[in-house]
Amino acid sequence: MNIAILSGKGGTGKTTVSTNLAITLGFNYVDCDVEEPNGFIFLNPSILKQEDVMVEYPVIDQEKCNLCGTCVKVCQFNALANTGKEIVVFNKLCHDCGACKIVCKQNALTYEKRTTGKVESGATESITCHRGILNVGEPMAVPVIRTLLVGLPDENHLIDCPPGTSCNVVTALRYADAAILVTEPSEFGLHDLKMALELVKLYQIPYGIVINKDDGKENIIKKYCKSSDTTLLGTIPYSMEAAVLYSRGSMLCVDPSYRVNFYAITEKMKEVFPWK
Amino acid sequence: MKIVVSAAGVTKESMLDKRFGRCEYFIIFDTDTNSYEAIPNAGVNASGGAGIKAANQIIEAKANVLITGNLGPNAFELIEKSKIKAVSCEVMPVNRAIELYQKNMLSDIFNAGVAHHGMR
Repeated sequence: MNIAILSGKGGTGKTTVSTNLAITLGFNYVDCDVEEPNGFIFLNPSILKQEDVMVEYPVIDQEKCNLCGTCVKVCQFNALANTGKEIVVFNKLCHDCGACKIVCKQNALTYEKRTTGKVESGATESITCHRGILNVGEPMAVPVIRTLLVGLPDENHLIDCPPGTSCNVVTALRYADAAILVTEPSEFGLHDLKMALELVKLYQIPYGIVINKDDGKENIIKKYCKSSDTTLLGTIPYSMEAAVLYSRGSMLCVDPSYRVNFYAITEKMKEVFPWK
Repeated sequence: MKIVVSAAGVTKESMLDKRFGRCEYFIIFDTDTNSYEAIPNAGVNASGGAGIKAANQIIEAKANVLITGNLGPNAFELIEKSKIKAVSCEVMPVNRAIELYQKNMLSDIFNAGVAHHGMR
């Protein structure tokens, strides 16, 4: 089973929830936030395997090209331009869709590969950990996320998603059997939670909400869960102790009182999700 | 000769928009006929590569001169390779910018500015 952890709003605690639940449940951890993967800082696994992620981009044979510009018109990502003297390729904008080669009547296009990131696997004492890393300056995270998730064995995983509701999150959700939405009791937290919920509902998978930085009161997220009949899986209290542990790179579940919170969340998960 | 100006509106009195890839319109002034037309910038809503999309349009319109604020690295490469003369101008009505260019009072753009400067 793969459980995706997403949030809408950034900085609500996806990685905190993912890493602590992974340890509490003994699930493997997968960091899909490839633009800034930071889960390994807390889990500290030894890296056992690395693999480059390659994407293809078009190369134009200027001898064969008659500058008709059909490839430029078909490209939905503005990766090609016709200066009238040559077709210029902007590699980083290419989404590797293959349309330019299909439309080229001169057969002037071939594809070459370049590296845009890597995937790593490692292990802690108790779980296996995977992460993707997008190279600095690369705009496209999807190929790295896809490579990371396609290769996962048939085991239990917690998928730490990127923030937002972009194609990066969409890609990660494709591999999920259930989802946890992490949010915080703030207007921004609620606003972006609603966007994330809209996305998750498209996948017709069970889901529930975890409130991080919970104030212990009847806050706007709890009210929203009740009024929309959304499952609240649990809460993580807002405290100075949590901030201190986090800033040291420690897991919250080393603290006995926080361990209780994460244990409560896993009990609720077992009720709501298709547990084997 | 065709002079293209990145603009906020469709008339020659509209203000020049200093953003190239993300401006609303391009005003194309033809010095041979002393007439002009405005075309919407196809790059304005592009999720990426706005400058490239905008440059493709300028090249297709057979521009000889481009008056704008800044050019990002991708657009700069294309404008330079297409031998279009790019000049930099402050915000002012488009007709005034064209006058200044014709009096040789605008300076050439020699370097690309930073990427994504026109994002709102």
